Amino acid sequence: MSAGAELKRPKAPSKLKHYLTAAIVVLLLWGSSIQTDATLGELIEGFPNMFDLLREMFPPKWTYLDNIVGAMLDTIRMALIGTTLGAIMAIPVALLCAGNLMAQWWLRYPVRFVLNLIRTIPDLLLAAIFVAIFGLGPLPGIFALSIFALGLIAKLTYEALEGIDRGPLEAMTATGANGIQRIVFAVIPQISAHFMSFTLYTFEINVRAAAVLGLVGAGGIGHYYEITLGFLEYDKTSVIIIFTLSIVLLIDYASSKLRGKLL
Amino acid sequence: MIELRNVSKMYPNGTKGLNQMNISFAQGEFVAIVGLSGAGKSTLLRSINRLHDITEGDILIDGQSITKAKGKQLRLIRRNIGMIFQSFNLVKRSSVLRNVLAGRVGYHSTLRTILGRFPEKDMNLAFEALDRVNIVEKAYSRADELSGGQQQRVAIARVLAQEAKIILADEPVASLDPLTTKQVMDDLKKINTELGITTIVNLHYVDLARQYATRIVGLRAGQIVFDGPVSEATDERFAEIYGRQVGKDELLGEQRV
Repeated sequence: MSAGAELKRPKAPSKLKHYLTAAIVVLLLWGSSIQTDATLGELIEGFPNMFDLLREMFPPKWTYLDNIVGAMLDTIRMALIGTTLGAIMAIPVALLCAGNLMAQWWLRYPVRFVLNLIRTIPDLLLAAIFVAIFGLGPLPGIFALSIFALGLIAKLTYEALEGIDRGPLEAMTATGANGIQRIVFAVIPQISAHFMSFTLYTFEINVRAAAVLGLVGAGGIGHYYEITLGFLEYDKTSVIIIFTLSIVLLIDYASSKLRGKLL
Repeated sequence: MIELRNVSKMYPNGTKGLNQMNISFAQGEFVAIVGLSGAGKSTLLRSINRLHDITEGDILIDGQSITKAKGKQLRLIRRNIGMIFQSFNLVKRSSVLRNVLAGRVGYHSTLRTILGRFPEKDMNLAFEALDRVNIVEKAYSRADELSGGQQQRVAIARVLAQEAKIILADEPVASLDPLTTKQVMDDLKKINTELGITTIVNLHYVDLARQYATRIVGLRAGQIVFDGPVSEATDERFAEIYGRQVGKDELLGEQRV
């Protein structure tokens, strides 16, 4: 009896795959650190320099705050306008991408491909490109942020669109509604809260992104990083960092509270 | 007013939903369609308003072929056919009133519906419809705040606001408890008798069919195996439809209705 049970028991699957996966991961890590000269010794050697920098940053020169409040407000304004522009552009794009609303695959896949392309371009590079086109100032920054927002919001929205309840759409078809009427009555009410949430989330990201766009001359607080770091005025740099951090935390907190209320 | 001529529906996977079906429904009838799951009840209903395309034959609504209709013409035919679903198919995040007004969009231009500006007449129609199914006090509630039975009544109000001449109800009570089942079926019956709206209902429970319908149609494997008045729809005939005795699970039960 027990011998029979022994025979019927299936053979345990081989663990070789797991061991090989682990070996490959270790090999990749080791190879990467060799190639980039990232060794532990380097880190230990550089450590005292870090303390030197921190010592120079403190105490922060608080009077510098007066100089940068305007730039910080500009940063927030850039993020606000950029995100809004991107969100508006994202609506038709997301509708074009959603497989359950747009049957034409030859239109859907190219648009999705362009969206993927947009999201692979870093926002700093986008800003640099727009600075080259429109010159220095917040305008190229706003364009860069809106393109980034378009890529992110459209992607999140079309994925949410593909997950909506099909029932109301079917009901609207049965009442004799046309394509646009179906979207207005059966799709938008299902998606609007998600869309608002995605837009707020993108705004959070864009505030952080806008803070560094000044490094390439695209307006905002980032410009002051460049100045203070250039003149080795680290006590001023620390003021900017602390100020940016508190603003970002504040906006993140308010935005996530709002998003919690929406969904 | 509804006429099916030699209608067949073949699904892409090869199963036959409807097989050479010929049947017509007259103005003001209350027809119950019974049959096992997969007998083609739902396919039949969804072919009538062309939520499903048929593969063969023709379907005429008031003498007009819905099978051949396109674009605007198809939408105008659909406007006269209201549909009620097992899962209600309301927009859960919208208000009850907006869900009922959704039945009116077929009457207005795209621009007008985008702006959401419904004329006074439509508002009156919507409130009247809600009043008829006794749920007018919920007009400004969100649809998902309502119970299942209430949501199905909102769906009925949507069909009423649509001023449909035909109501197709696909298992309207399948997800409701016996008490709300009675309320919803009573509403459908009342609308049928008071407004003369032709009503075709898919039902799982044969006693419910006998209680409300004036005519019963039995389906098996996409074909009509019974078509006659309630008086002829005895348990023995149903045993033929189902290919066996009527089981307990096909009866809702007298004491609960």
